[in-house]
This record gives sequence, structure tokens and C-alpha cells, in this order.
Amino acid sequence: MATHPTTPTVQAAPCAGARWQGNSVSDIRRRMVDRVATTLCWAATVLVLLMLFSILFVLVRNGVGGLRWVTFVHVTLPPGQAGGLANAIVGSLIQTGLAVLIGAPVGLLVGIYLAEFTATDGKLINFVRFVSDLLLSAPSILVGLFIYMIVVVPSGHFSGLAGALALSMLVVPVVVRTTEDMLRLVPLAMREAAIALGAPRWRMILFVCLRAAREGVATGILLALARVSGETAPLLFTSLGNMNWSIAPGKPMASLPVTIYQYAGAAYADWTALAWTGALLITTGILMINITVRLGLGRNRK
Amino acid sequence: MERSATSPSALTGAVKGNGDAVFAAIVRCSAALILLGLGGMVAVMAWGARGAFARFGLGFVFDKAWNPVTQHFGAAAPMFGTVITALLSILLAVPLAFGIAVWLTEIASARIAGVIGTLIQLLAAVPSIIFGMWGFAVLVPFMAHYVEPLASHTLGRVPGIGTLFRGAPYGTGFLTGGMILAVMITPFICAVMRDVFLSMPAVLKESAYGLGMTRWEVVRRIILPWSRSSVVGGVMLGLGRALGETMAITFVIGNANHIGWSLFSPGNTIASLIALEFPESAVGSLKFSSLMAAGFLLMLISLGTLVCSRLLLRTKAAGR
Repeated sequence: MATHPTTPTVQAAPCAGARWQGNSVSDIRRRMVDRVATTLCWAATVLVLLMLFSILFVLVRNGVGGLRWVTFVHVTLPPGQAGGLANAIVGSLIQTGLAVLIGAPVGLLVGIYLAEFTATDGKLINFVRFVSDLLLSAPSILVGLFIYMIVVVPSGHFSGLAGALALSMLVVPVVVRTTEDMLRLVPLAMREAAIALGAPRWRMILFVCLRAAREGVATGILLALARVSGETAPLLFTSLGNMNWSIAPGKPMASLPVTIYQYAGAAYADWTALAWTGALLITTGILMINITVRLGLGRNRK
Repeated sequence: MERSATSPSALTGAVKGNGDAVFAAIVRCSAALILLGLGGMVAVMAWGARGAFARFGLGFVFDKAWNPVTQHFGAAAPMFGTVITALLSILLAVPLAFGIAVWLTEIASARIAGVIGTLIQLLAAVPSIIFGMWGFAVLVPFMAHYVEPLASHTLGRVPGIGTLFRGAPYGTGFLTGGMILAVMITPFICAVMRDVFLSMPAVLKESAYGLGMTRWEVVRRIILPWSRSSVVGGVMLGLGRALGETMAITFVIGNANHIGWSLFSPGNTIASLIALEFPESAVGSLKFSSLMAAGFLLMLISLGTLVCSRLLLRTKAAGR
């Protein structure tokens, strides 16, 4: 930090006029404070970007060695036996796929409710939106506990379906948020045209408004997919993980995040290496989805 | 509000049929599902926690024992850890997020701000278990080898606050946990701040600059007062996330049931306690019920924070 007193040099300030940029002590002090604050803002940005790059760098450095064919086609094996992540990858795909299949329609319908039914149930709508926002940031481990209590305990065993249900509770609020926002952007003229042609309201909403907003809605679903595919805590108590090939939704099912969690702390070098590879895979996937979505959104807004 | 102007609900006079009634019923049922979801979570946690609260009463909240052998459980230590790490993370994340938001809106050019802003938001998309692994592999050794020995030799000798910085440099502990959480919640707080700063009427800033204010004075005296409640709302949102975070904190907190004033000492949080102890507790046992009770407390704390956050963010949005 610049602690030594600098000689007052009158520089052209970016916005301020020269009138108040005098050389009195208070003005020099003001400019110093401004300079320090600006530097600190730069420092904050650089620091957080460094964290991001550090994370990506560590992921690539530790995970890239495991990107071999066997990792993708072989199931997890006991340490020392060159296993892969095939069951975890497939399990993750199945569970997140099911979660989106269950959660997205509910989210869509609630989004429609929030956007299109304001005249009839205004008060209730505010409450539903509030609760949906709460669910959006509720601790995900509690969602796992909830599904454990209402699905796993009564049915007597862990299952991939329970995992998907837990994840779908996280999908819903994300889809609700984007659907509502996108439906509000549909111009009134389109609705009027549909109504004037004699379409009932449900057809107008589903086939005109939702169709017009479909890109934004798809974006929301993709974001929800990205959000839940890295979730670990809700899966710990619901699908549990499975060392063997597992594609039956009624049985315990492996998933990448849970496998990473179990392997990362293990004492075996090949297991930790697999955990890093899994982490690299999952982060790459999620960042790809996010970048695609952001690029797509940026293009549409122009 | 603007949304009522474009509201389609005024257009109900079209052809009416059963279709509309059925559709409305389906849509309302889905909305009810959301309410059931949150209500169900609270109810199920309370139901699962009844055994622990019946046995220990309200003392459960203040009891720092966690002893499966004597079947004596209390939530004071994990609650302490949860609150301390969340507060530490807020303390670290708020200046960072504020600096970045000011940088993005006031200092950088629009094009560069767009790119950097997207990069910062990508940080929010990284799954929490990845932060945990990164913390375990990078941050913990860094803290143990450099930061903690240095801090205990210098700051640890200062009377008063010195207690905070004494202790063995394990690398894991409250401070490391708070730092990991800070990196995780910074993008969320920053996004809220950036949106509010951008939505500020330009004429207010322009007139302040026109009077000869420096950039920092504009930020401090014009932007901050104008956006205060939203900024606080964003901070509370970050706090809510920090409270419930599980995977990242489990890797770096050290997992010891311990209350202490040293920031370097290992501890635990409610979420990490549940993640670690849950697999070893049978349904219906007192330990299971105690975990549910801890979960119920976490639910109350985080919902309380989130409600405050939403109310603050909403009053600003409505008053605009």
C-alpha cells in the first residue's frame, strides 16, 4: 500500500472536473483514499480470479492422468486393481436425468402458475414464490434427510430413485425461477392474438407463451441439471453409492459425487487419483453447460 | 408494478371450457407441491427430532457433549462451529464481493466486465465437493505451513485478540472452513451487489461526479446508501448458503466436537456432523434422533436467515 506521502501531482481524474481537484491537504487525502480504494477493488477481483484458476489448475493437474479408456468402461474396483468410474458416471447420468424428468415438469407448472395466475390468486402467488425462493437456497443435506425419512425408511432400502427424488427437489426451484421470468417476457400482443383466434387460455399458455419462451425455459432446465449434477450431500442418505454395476433405479446406485467423496479421503493412491479424475469430469461438464447457457443467453439478448 | 400491466390474466374473457378449469387445477396442485415440500421438510425434521428433545429438552441446544457411549448428546459444539464459520466467511466474503462489484460496475470497461463477471459467476457453479477437495489439497497445507505458524508468532502474542490465533497449526479448523465458505459465497453476494449497482439511476452518479466527487466518494456516499438494504439482503443470502454448506466444510473443518476460541482449532458444523455420523446411526436410536434434532436446528437457523434476506431484497425491488 502507498504509505509514503507522494508529491501532489495533478492528474486528470477520469470523471471529475478540475475545479475540486486542488492541491489542498484535504484534496490530496481524498485522492489518496480513492487511489487506495481502487487498488483494493482490483486486488479483490484478481484474488478471486486466482482462486478460480487455482481450482481449475489443481483439478487438471491431478485429474488429467486418469483420463484413460479404462476409467470410462470399467466399474469401481478394490484398491490396487485398476478400476474405473463407469458405474459412477452412468449412475450420475441416470439420477440427474430422472431428477430433471421429475422436477422440470413440476417446476414448469409452478412457473406458469406464478406468471399467469396473478389476477386470481395474487396473495397466494407471492407466498408460493417466497417458498420457492427459500427452497432454492435451503441446505441440500436437509433435503437428503427429508427424502431419507419419507422414502428410504418406509421402503427399507437405499435406491437410485430416492436419490433422483432428492435431486428433483433441488431442480424445481431453479426451473420455477427461469420459467416465470421468461413467461413474463412474452409480449402481450402474442397473448391477445391467441385469445382473439379463440384459443382457450390453457392452449394460449402452453402453445403460444411457453413456445415463445422455450429457449429461456430450456436454459433454466440446463442450469438446474448443472446445479444438481455436482450435489453430493442429498445423495449420501438416498442412493448411498454402489461399488458394482448399478442401473436399477430401485437399488442403491453409484454416482460421481458420492464416489469422489468416498475416494478423496481414502489412503490408496489409485483411489485418490480416480477421485480427482471424477472431479475433473464433473466440473468440466458443469462449466461447459454454464458457458453454453451464458453464451446462448448473451446472443439472444442482443 | 410493471408486471400487472403485462399480466395476461386480464384476458380471461375468451372461450371458456373444461380445459381451462382442469389446467388451473393441475397448475395449482403443482404449486401446492412446493408448499408441501418445504412444510414437509420442517415437519419431518421436527418429527424425527422428537426423541432427542423429549430426552434432553431445550438443554440440547446448550449442551456441548456428544458421547455415543453414554448416550449423551448436545448440539452446542456443532452450532458454535456452524455460526463461527459462517460469520468468518461473511467477514471475508463481503469486502471481496463488494470490491469485485465496484470493480465490475465502476472501474472496468463494459466488455471486460462482462467477461470477468462471467468468470466470477462460473465460480458459483463449481460443485461444493470440488471446493472441499481443493481446500484439502491446497488450502490446508498452505495454512498449516505458512499462515498459521506466522500468525501465531505475530498476532498470537498480541494481548486480547491473541487467543484467537494460538494453537497447533493443523491447517484444518474454523478459519480454513470460513475461508473455503468465503470463496464459495463471494459470487452470490457479488451477483446481488452488481445487479443493484447496475440498476441505480445513472443521473445520481453523474451529478455526484459533476460536483467533483472522487470515485470512492461516489461509491461510499451515493451508491452504498442507495442500495443498502439490497446489499444487506445479498449478504444474508450468502450467510444462508454458508450455514447450510456441507461437503466443502466436511473436508477442512477437522471434525472434532469442540468449542474453543482459537481459530486454528478443529471443530465441526451441524451439516458436517450429520454427513459424517449419519451412516453410523440406526433409525430410531437416540443418536439418530439427536442428528435429526441438530438438522432441525440448522433448518430453523438457515430458514430464519433466508427469510430476512428475501424480505430485504423484496422491499427494495418493490420500492423501485
